[in-house]
Amino acid sequence: MALRSLATRKTLTLALKSTRLAQSRALQTFSLPDLPYDYGALEPAISGEIMQLHHQKHHQTYITNYNKALEQLHDAIQKGDSSTVVKLQSAIKFNGGGHINHSIFWKNLAPISEGGGEPPHGSLGWAIDTNFGSLESLIQKMNAEGAALQGSGWVWLGLDKELKKLVVETTTNQDPLVTNGPNLVPLLGIDVWEHAYYLQYKNVRPDYLKNVWKVINWKYASEVYEKESA
Amino acid sequence: MAATTSMVTSLTFTIPSLGFRLPTRSYPCVKPQRRFVRKAASNVITATYELKAPPYPLNALEPHMSRETLEYHWGKHHRTYVENLNKQVVGTDLEGLSLEDIIIVTYNKGDILPAFNNAAQAWNHDFFWESMKPGGGGKPSGDLLDLIERDFGSFERFIEEFKSAAATQFGSGWAWLAYKANRLDVENAVNPWPSEKDKKLVIVKSPNAMNPLVWDYFPLLTIDVWEHAYYLDFQNQRPDYISVFMEKLVSWETVNTRLEKAKARAAEREMEEERRRKEEEEGKPTNEEDDDDDLEIEFLEEKRP
Repeated sequence: MALRSLATRKTLTLALKSTRLAQSRALQTFSLPDLPYDYGALEPAISGEIMQLHHQKHHQTYITNYNKALEQLHDAIQKGDSSTVVKLQSAIKFNGGGHINHSIFWKNLAPISEGGGEPPHGSLGWAIDTNFGSLESLIQKMNAEGAALQGSGWVWLGLDKELKKLVVETTTNQDPLVTNGPNLVPLLGIDVWEHAYYLQYKNVRPDYLKNVWKVINWKYASEVYEKESA
Repeated sequence: MAATTSMVTSLTFTIPSLGFRLPTRSYPCVKPQRRFVRKAASNVITATYELKAPPYPLNALEPHMSRETLEYHWGKHHRTYVENLNKQVVGTDLEGLSLEDIIIVTYNKGDILPAFNNAAQAWNHDFFWESMKPGGGGKPSGDLLDLIERDFGSFERFIEEFKSAAATQFGSGWAWLAYKANRLDVENAVNPWPSEKDKKLVIVKSPNAMNPLVWDYFPLLTIDVWEHAYYLDFQNQRPDYISVFMEKLVSWETVNTRLEKAKARAAEREMEEERRRKEEEEGKPTNEEDDDDDLEIEFLEEKRP
């Protein structure tokens, strides 16, 4: 009997409304993903000191600021405050991009003992040879573009899903690869912000680029390639 | 090479022989000045840009900015910009121009040409070293303090705004205090703003190699917020670096000197424009072409031994 009275139309509608409200209020917050290896595991290519700062300070800060910006965005949307919504776009791109890019980066790296540096086999290896002639020539191209990048940014190996080919791209600051083209999928990104190498390589970015390939995790890049080109 | 401490005296203009002409009128501070270095045992005059040392020993800013940072920042980064600039400029129309002129020309109204990054960064770093001194920091005085208080409300507000600009320049770049005296170009109309409104202090931030010269401002102070400027000493803590810079390193004397020169140049420009406007009103043909020829002749005469 009590159940019947509870389930009147009025209460049901109210219940539905409040669930919807709760859903729209629920904002996903992001947190720092764990590294699948120790900070020191990528030495001597990348020092443990850099890995720790890069992960615990830089990436964490992007996440903290991304969450803050999303919360502010959420409020502004609810209030219909368009100018705040637009004003927040750059903070979201900077910090959200920083979170996206670094999350990919940690997976792009692996200790040598776990396959870091091992060249890609299978379909990705074949696609690299087709698109660039050889792995060496791809690496040369990415290193040249990475070294020439002015200021801060990333150099990427990407898959253009529409044209079905591999591309080398660079993005500025924390722009994710997708800002260069909506059909681009990142397979491999190398951070060329100074914080990624300065303590170890100082101003010699080309040395960092030369050495980072020793810990590049081609297994992950292959997995993404196979999934996205299926 | 002439000192680059003040942008006022270091701008020069076109080299007649190259047929590459800069419209002298449009630059903020133009004074014909020889910028050539005569190479020993050669009749060929070439200009090369030299890496100027900071006006203090590399360890003089410790403990606020380490010797190691200066060794890399000045000894490697700054040096590389200068070396690469020289390589880019040799044998081109840019050869022989002052650094400021190269910056303006290669900025190319936003469609930047290859030499811009190296030229602007060479200039920016000279300006940066000179913006600091051992035992710096504290508070400015006199005219400079008056203007700061007028344009920002208080010295504390200015510090807050400057620090915020430096902290929020995302990625690589610079934060600046500049004197803005570029008047509204209204062609045949009279500038609607009274001149006091034009001459004010502003804080601006710029990405990568950009600097306020391209916006026709007079830079007074800068802080480098590329990560290489602070990473060895502060790692990711940019705000700490900025605070230390403001409290312990800024050379307010230099900023003051720059402000005086900026004001003087702005006044000169004003008089120039007044004179030209009067001439136009009186129906005289504008002498732009003739004036430039005169200056060219002067230059050529100077060159002949």
